Amino acid sequence: MSELVKSPVFGLLISLIAFQAGAYVKKKLKLSVFNPLLIAIILVILFLTLTNISYEDYNYGGRMISFFLYPATVSLALPLYRKFHLFRKNVLPICAGILCGAVSSIACTIFLARLFGLSEKLTLSLIPKSITTPIGMAVSEQMGGVPPVTVVAIIITGILGSITGPFLYRVLKINDKVAMGIAMGSSSHAIGTAKAVEIGETEGAMSGLTMAIAGIATVFLAPAMWKLYLIIFQ
Amino acid sequence: LKYLGQIAIITGAYFIGEAIQTLLKIPVPGAVIGLILLFLALYTGLIKVEMVEDVCDFLLSHMSFFFIPAGVALMTNFEMLSGNWIPFFAIIIITTILVWLVTFYVVKLLKGENSHE
Repeated sequence: MSELVKSPVFGLLISLIAFQAGAYVKKKLKLSVFNPLLIAIILVILFLTLTNISYEDYNYGGRMISFFLYPATVSLALPLYRKFHLFRKNVLPICAGILCGAVSSIACTIFLARLFGLSEKLTLSLIPKSITTPIGMAVSEQMGGVPPVTVVAIIITGILGSITGPFLYRVLKINDKVAMGIAMGSSSHAIGTAKAVEIGETEGAMSGLTMAIAGIATVFLAPAMWKLYLIIFQ
Repeated sequence: LKYLGQIAIITGAYFIGEAIQTLLKIPVPGAVIGLILLFLALYTGLIKVEMVEDVCDFLLSHMSFFFIPAGVALMTNFEMLSGNWIPFFAIIIITTILVWLVTFYVVKLLKGENSHE
């Protein structure tokens, strides 16, 4: 039995089944809270815990899946290229919005983590939580965070943002499709973008474009701001 | 054969990205450098959209699936979050709302100024 579990097919198969289950729940219940990835992660963790199978055994197959993250990250170049004409039309507002969004995200996270007395490792894991998962995970790893914690924080941020973003937009009663799209992409990356696409074409396109640029900007801003924080407070 | 060529370009961009990161020792993930390189190649016309789009779109539309193992790894780091769930959620909720508002108003303000010109 333990030989079977160590086969790469095992990890691959339970991941595929869990994701199908997650996608099914999402389709049936249609609520943003039921994110297929989050459901799949919870199902796999539950299954492994209940059957007493270690993460190492699961990861023989898991590694095969994770490998695709790198080319998938590179592939983000394509939507960025496709939407780049939108960027050229609104260079100043987009750049300023993304820059202020990324800086406030990093600064707010560091400030609150300090306030709550979180460990440095956990703080570093939370810093890239507003950006798209592949880039966020890489930033976390590079800075000395714990990538799995970052992945879960990013998904939860996306889910929350896709609920609070449209809510704020309704409450504020300001009709600005471009600002709405950029705010969605900068606060809640791909999951927010999926929501923005549902709201409208302009919102979706602006959000997708923002998500890619904000991710790249954070790669440079996060380590710089963390260093600055260390210099000032320690 | 079409797909293999596309895979070669995408993994090639990733590999060059990793190489640049290793050689220059810069704190930018190799895959992100690969992303920037592929974007520049598309932008300058060195690579045409048709030369990568099928595989790129496939990878992008299945992106969430690829994150399952990374998320499942949380089970080996669970003690980091136990006892910290309230700060964890508080930080996420407050930051997400703040970032949305900051971005929204900065964009709105700058766009507003531009439209008067």
